[in-house]
Amino acid sequence: MASGRRRLSLAWIGTLPFFGYTILFLFLPAGSVIAGAFQAKAGGYTLDNVRTLFHQPYIDYYWGSIKVSLITSLLGGVVGLFIAYAAIREGTPRWIRSMLTTFSGVAANFGGIPLAFAFIATLGPLGILTTFLQNQLHWPIYQHGFSLFNALGVELAYMYFQLPLMILVIAPAIDGLRKEWREASANLGASQLQFWRYVGLPVLMPSILGAIILLFGNAFAAYATAYSLTSGSVHLVPLLIGAYYSGNVLDNPHLAQAMAFGMFVVLAVMMLVYIPLQRRAARWAK
Amino acid sequence: MKARRFMAPSAFLWLLLGFLYFFIPLFATLLFSFKSNTTGRCCTAANYSWVIHQHEFWHSLQISFLLALETIVISLLLFVPTIYWVHLKVPKLRPVIAFFALIPFVVPPIVMVVGLLKFFKWSPDWFYGKPWGFLVGAYVILAFPYMYFSLDAGFRAIDVHTLTEASQSLGAKWGTTLLKVILPNIRAAALAASFLTLAIVMGEFTIANLSAFHTFPIFIQYVNESQGFPAGALTLVSFGITWAAMLSLLLVGRKRGTRASVVAGTR
Repeated sequence: MASGRRRLSLAWIGTLPFFGYTILFLFLPAGSVIAGAFQAKAGGYTLDNVRTLFHQPYIDYYWGSIKVSLITSLLGGVVGLFIAYAAIREGTPRWIRSMLTTFSGVAANFGGIPLAFAFIATLGPLGILTTFLQNQLHWPIYQHGFSLFNALGVELAYMYFQLPLMILVIAPAIDGLRKEWREASANLGASQLQFWRYVGLPVLMPSILGAIILLFGNAFAAYATAYSLTSGSVHLVPLLIGAYYSGNVLDNPHLAQAMAFGMFVVLAVMMLVYIPLQRRAARWAK
Repeated sequence: MKARRFMAPSAFLWLLLGFLYFFIPLFATLLFSFKSNTTGRCCTAANYSWVIHQHEFWHSLQISFLLALETIVISLLLFVPTIYWVHLKVPKLRPVIAFFALIPFVVPPIVMVVGLLKFFKWSPDWFYGKPWGFLVGAYVILAFPYMYFSLDAGFRAIDVHTLTEASQSLGAKWGTTLLKVILPNIRAAALAASFLTLAIVMGEFTIANLSAFHTFPIFIQYVNESQGFPAGALTLVSFGITWAAMLSLLLVGRKRGTRASVVAGTR
């Protein structure tokens, strides 16, 4: 009994380097952001920084971030679902599936500065697609109010990593839809539509919602692509935080920490919804 | 129900859409990279030669590559023994570590760098002022979820207890067991995690930009702002690095299946 207890305490010691590292580089810095959000510039604690976030212009940046994240996660989620299903469903050759997985793995990791340039080369004022539309189809999109350097441009670029992420996350769930279910419902006289309405979608729904939440967080946290594309002119929280640090106009660092705290709160709420959905989705896995 | 012999038309259209969305920006970048920076006409290799003659290109590439190596080494040293130990001795802690691995998703790089800059403000210059200290410290945390999920899957596929007991009953010490018995069995998982870490560090912009270190993505952004067409060449080089890392990952990932089945077969 005594030796068993001693071994337990020794076993804990083995994980100390790991816990020490995560405390030093993750929990303490994150904690100092939270503490800093509630500190006044002159010292002492205050709610003023967090209260300021609900006023102009800061609240605009939060709405901007939430809007871009919502649009790209919903659109990316739905379109990604259709593409993934198209690759997995019966009749599509197997090699398309494995190729799609490979490309998605690469594209989901192809974000940031190079992605922004790829879209400037495509849809910028001198972009290949822009000039093609203008010269071949006589459709000068920039004269019709289109611009790559605003929220719409950021959304288009974000879709480049949102779509593949959705495909990667949702493909295993689609694999989990068993062929027997479809045969059983067909034998009972159900149509394609009825199968999806009463069997397919209800089974997939937790996975779909979970994946869309993941996509939301992915877009909400993104910084580099929007920074490079718009030079920080679009209203997104990460860009505002970045401007505070690189612009040398840090009159109140606690305000920047409050903005970071605000992002943390949004993402924490997202995680609280995500984890139970993930559990439900796991029910049909394998 | 009759089985489909051909691809459904709607499936074809969705896949075509995905294909176009993936390839048109790459194709446009490729065309851009061959345009002359002075006349804007096609086709010249001058942009590529401009890139490889930039001292800063090689310098920043070297910095990012060394940062990636350092991150991989520290991550493996930290996470392999920990995950091994948890699987072997304290399985109760597994859900705790799995939960920790989700936290970097709630604390994104932009929030993390704000905290790190504040928390380590008073740390010595050899740490705070050098990418080898400050940036790597942050990158190990960025890599942690990917390292954890890959390594944990690797450890789940082998019988940690039997391997350890066999090794120890033959007289091996902990270090020997870990290096010569456990490590070869999770090699594929460790390699996959390393390639993913390489891709992450080579492309990381947020933390490097806010803490003002000159890594490879910072150089790409500088060229983006100052040079039109050479940036196309540079973007493709960067894409090639991501591509190579992910393909290597897939190659070792494929081996992991066979390796796991070999281990399962000997069990």
